[in-house]
Amino acid sequence: MTGKQAAHWLDEHGDALYAFAFLHLPDPHRAEDAVQETLLAALQSGERYAGNASVRTWLIGILKHKIADDFRRQARETTTPHSATQAPDPSQDANEDDDFRSDGRWDHPLGNWGNPETAAANVEFWGLIERCLAAMSPRLSRLFVLRELWEWDTGRICKELSVTRSNLFTTLHRARLGMRRCLERSGLG
Amino acid sequence: MMSCKHASHLISEGCDRRLRLQERLSLQLHLWMCVNCRRFVQQLKALRAALHLAGRTGQWPGAKPMPAASRARIRETLYQATRQGKGRE
Repeated sequence: MTGKQAAHWLDEHGDALYAFAFLHLPDPHRAEDAVQETLLAALQSGERYAGNASVRTWLIGILKHKIADDFRRQARETTTPHSATQAPDPSQDANEDDDFRSDGRWDHPLGNWGNPETAAANVEFWGLIERCLAAMSPRLSRLFVLRELWEWDTGRICKELSVTRSNLFTTLHRARLGMRRCLERSGLG
Repeated sequence: MMSCKHASHLISEGCDRRLRLQERLSLQLHLWMCVNCRRFVQQLKALRAALHLAGRTGQWPGAKPMPAASRARIRETLYQATRQGKGRE
């Protein structure tokens, strides 16, 4: 593999890789590191690329490996007691009680977001999603992203990130409520 | 009747596991009568459709480009790496 090839990947796919990395690791330095590691790994294994998938898909696949490693490492660090750097911040994510009155009804009317497929392709909707994902605590956003964006099955998430099934369900419920509330407060619906 | 809070749990878990028959029936009954919970279902569908798009294609509307400084640093690192690679061969 030549430097020319790697520079070409950077030109053609750099933006896509960076945007994908930033969506998962909302920190410019970590996103840049992830893209760099991805291209270095691609450079080293370039000859093993079979060429069935598009180069973009192949590079995103390598990036996903890097992000998954990062997620596993974070999950281990946050479960270690007294880890000063990664202490979870419970105030960051709202409680489910914020959404419901004491009688169990929604405490506010929910907005009509229109057709799901149309919303999914909407630029403003996406801008809000990026902002709301970044505002979520790392633990919640990890599990939510693996489930909803990567479509991992729940068994795999439980195994690889060491969470119980019931804890995963509770966490995803909170994450979904949190996302929809954040999206509406940011002006959707 | 089931509370909205309880229904929201079932709606969310319905995205992650197959609900039991009893759960499905009582949820359907609740949804039939509750516009907010029907909206919650629609909202989760929209969210899921958007995130699947990004997960499957690596692209979505309005994705921001890489900062020029990051691009320059990565370009330099790749250049150094290929030079070193050649040196070893």
